[in-house]
Amino acid sequence: MRYLPKSPADREAMLREIGAASIDELFAIIPEEFRLTRDLAIPRQMGESEIVDHFQAAAARNANGYASFLGAGAYRHYRPVLIDTIVQRGEFLTSYTPYQAEITQGTLQAIFEFQTMICELTGMDIANASMYDGSTGAAEAVMMAIRVTGRDKVLVSRSVHPEYREVMHTYAQHQGHDAAEVEYMREGAQAGRVDLAALEAAVTEETACVLVQSPNFFGVVEDIPAIAEIAHKKGALLIVSIAEALSLGAVRPPVEADIVSLEAQSFGVALSYGGPYCGVLAAKEKYLRQMPGRLVGETKDSQGRRGFVLTLSTREQHIRREKATSNICTNQALVALMATVYMTIYGKQGIKDLALQNLAKADYAAKSLGQSGKLLFAGSPRFHEFVLETSETPKQINERLLEDKIIGGLPLGKWYPELGHATLWCATELTTREQIDRAAQVLAHAPALAAR
Amino acid sequence: MSTVTEEKFTGTPRKVTPHITQNEPLSFEKSSPGKKAYRLAPLDVPEVDAKALLGDAAREDTGTLPELSEIEIIRHFTRLSTWNYAIDLGMYPLGSCTMKYNPRVNEFVSRLAGIAEAHPYQPEALSQGALEVMQLLQDCLIEITGMDAITLQPAAGAHGEFTGMLLIRAYHEAKGNARKHVIVPDSAHGTNPATAAVCGYEVINLKSNAEGGIDVAALEAIVNEDTAALMLTNPSTIGVFENQIHKIADILHAKGALLYMDGANMNALVGKTRPGDFGADVMHLNLHKTFSTPHGGGGPGSGPVACKKILEPFLPTPVVERGTDGLLHLNYDRPQSVGRVRMFYGNFGMFVRALAYILANGPDGLRQTTEDAVLNANYIRAKLEDLYELPYKTPSMHEVVFSDKRQTKNGVKTGDLAKRLIDYGFHPYTTSFPLIVPGALMIEPTESESREELDLFVDAMRQIAREAEENPELITSAPHSTRISRLDETTAARKPVLRWKGPAASTPLTPDNSPAKEW
Repeated sequence: MRYLPKSPADREAMLREIGAASIDELFAIIPEEFRLTRDLAIPRQMGESEIVDHFQAAAARNANGYASFLGAGAYRHYRPVLIDTIVQRGEFLTSYTPYQAEITQGTLQAIFEFQTMICELTGMDIANASMYDGSTGAAEAVMMAIRVTGRDKVLVSRSVHPEYREVMHTYAQHQGHDAAEVEYMREGAQAGRVDLAALEAAVTEETACVLVQSPNFFGVVEDIPAIAEIAHKKGALLIVSIAEALSLGAVRPPVEADIVSLEAQSFGVALSYGGPYCGVLAAKEKYLRQMPGRLVGETKDSQGRRGFVLTLSTREQHIRREKATSNICTNQALVALMATVYMTIYGKQGIKDLALQNLAKADYAAKSLGQSGKLLFAGSPRFHEFVLETSETPKQINERLLEDKIIGGLPLGKWYPELGHATLWCATELTTREQIDRAAQVLAHAPALAAR
Repeated sequence: MSTVTEEKFTGTPRKVTPHITQNEPLSFEKSSPGKKAYRLAPLDVPEVDAKALLGDAAREDTGTLPELSEIEIIRHFTRLSTWNYAIDLGMYPLGSCTMKYNPRVNEFVSRLAGIAEAHPYQPEALSQGALEVMQLLQDCLIEITGMDAITLQPAAGAHGEFTGMLLIRAYHEAKGNARKHVIVPDSAHGTNPATAAVCGYEVINLKSNAEGGIDVAALEAIVNEDTAALMLTNPSTIGVFENQIHKIADILHAKGALLYMDGANMNALVGKTRPGDFGADVMHLNLHKTFSTPHGGGGPGSGPVACKKILEPFLPTPVVERGTDGLLHLNYDRPQSVGRVRMFYGNFGMFVRALAYILANGPDGLRQTTEDAVLNANYIRAKLEDLYELPYKTPSMHEVVFSDKRQTKNGVKTGDLAKRLIDYGFHPYTTSFPLIVPGALMIEPTESESREELDLFVDAMRQIAREAEENPELITSAPHSTRISRLDETTAARKPVLRWKGPAASTPLTPDNSPAKEW
């Protein structure tokens, strides 16, 4: 086995030094009846070239060469080459949680930079070192709000990503609090946004928090100042979930929020069929002690030199055990490093330029595709996603698009029965005008229309 | 150096020689306006006015992000990287973390375009390759654990524990009573009690017996109809196999309670025994431990949960299934499911890496891996037990836990020994855990160490033991060879500085009396 650095002679010599007659003697403590005496029934050992072949064959059975208009919480953006160059350095790739600060300053300083960048982009005071992803981050934010307020009722907008809501319900179900959903506006100037009147009616003195997403699942930017006012009037916290981090280059940050839960996948993280991605929580400073997850802080050594350490660990499971703020341990450090490199590459101006390109592409796509259907929620501000309602079913449209090697918008009926003929489309800087025009053309030539 | 210190024994690190590392400020401190490290492709659609499209929601100022060129960025992160210790540099015997070699073919195949660029919502018919990876990994892990079913969705070990406990809860609820408490041994990792609490259970701590294992009689006395489960790490956190495991399972099952196995130490068992065979009902695996996916400075992990048939109906949605059309599908129609624990399907990129590791090993390689891991731990034990206190004499599996009892009489604690080990070119072992061993030194070499590397480690530990006797101040002030010395953690926690706020808030990289100033 090529990963194992011992010769047969090494093994024998070591056994002799231990004083064991055979390797099986070291496993003698396992009761005989439970010892596995056969080979595991798994594929045989493969050479490296066979492994590469195996996965190349798998990759070939996935979509290849398709133009895609999918977004919905996983976004296709260009990943600068530097990102993989840096994260594949063994010193980052093969180290672990920086418990020993003296020999992990590289990881620690990078996380400190990450925390700072997240604060700058979200408008919050503090940010943690990462969470698993945006969905679990939002669920942890809700639990954090419950600890902060001592209240147990949660209000969630129905325009939050449906899978985020599912995860939140899974987390919430045994915490003894109940979560109610607030509708979005179907019509009018505020269509696609949280129904503020319904929200106002639902928030009470028992509400721990209001959770909204912005841009929301429909790509629509929520009216955060108005929502914050409603929540804060009753002493509830406002949690804003952001699934598309790049929107922060163009969209005003939710500074009125108490907690921001960000999914940073857009910052240089491969789509990779849904993970690993990178969640992160940011918050107002006063909630620091209730923040879950790792935090890196600046300090000095005995000679006054600057250094960074994991800090405030008395919140965490390895100290507090059952009284911890969360059970989280391993997070998404390497993915957070990808995001850090990405934010460093694009920097202050690049994030803005990129976000503007995304806005422009989506605007063009919405106008082009909107010719063949009704653009829903068209009056509300949006980032790079839009909802299109068509006379054809989403299935019919997408089948025709696939023939042209285009993966069309995501059908929404599964989560929103009232949107059975609607699809969610996304255009990024990687979506070309040619792809948009081609998709628009396919949509415009519906067979039913042609027959008419 | 004074004559007094010269008389005292100072060890000779054989693995390392000091060398220069570069100083590097924060990226923010290097930034200057107008520098760029990107160039976008020209826009091929009409430009838009953000203010016109977004109105009040438009952002005026993007805050402070660094502005640097590409060469500065690659130097920045490369310099930072050289401040890290890593498996690629040498032995990383951090107990319970299984810091094994991370094969590079895993990285290569996870970046193949059809895999890295697969969107989670692309049609199933165009995701068959991804679903096949998941299916084959599931089949392999089910066989390795001896279980009946599995979910790959949890994002890390603690997330797997959470999922496993939700399954247990759902199982009891389906029988009409969720039950009240979960039993956790005092030797357990902190995530176990934290998880039980998150799942709405009261935690009952179980004191370990004289051998550091489960006190079977004490367990029998507290298990009752209110017991939902026992969370057991096997081998335990002191690296010992619970040889009463089946009896423990029987005691639980007799009262309708379940056995949750924390699979953190699965690297001691793969190919030699199977948890499903010895009575575990549900367990998580850490793909970043046993199955070689990189630890990455603290993640991403991946924590699949395998279970017996009785728990299968409750697995998170969706599950991968082969349909009558011969294609693989994601089945969301699972009425008894505990729900989702994460969006999409889990840390898919880690599934690819773990499967590549399993294929590179095959059944013979996995068994040899386990044997070598156990051999290495026992070799260290044999070579050090004359100098370091071994609180539990029971045979070790993949890790060995010593205590600092003999060194503390000279004022040297496990944390000090650990810091001195840095000077000898090694990452420290896990300190002060498990809690049942006061002053623990928890050493897990993994299979990835050659005899030569182990001998260097043993040599370092032996010299350090002598230093502790003859020159304890050298150890209590260690490390001496690093860029920075021990950091002031108290001030870091009392007055937290968690982000950069401009030049004034930051301290210099080198002290004012640095000789660099004289140049």
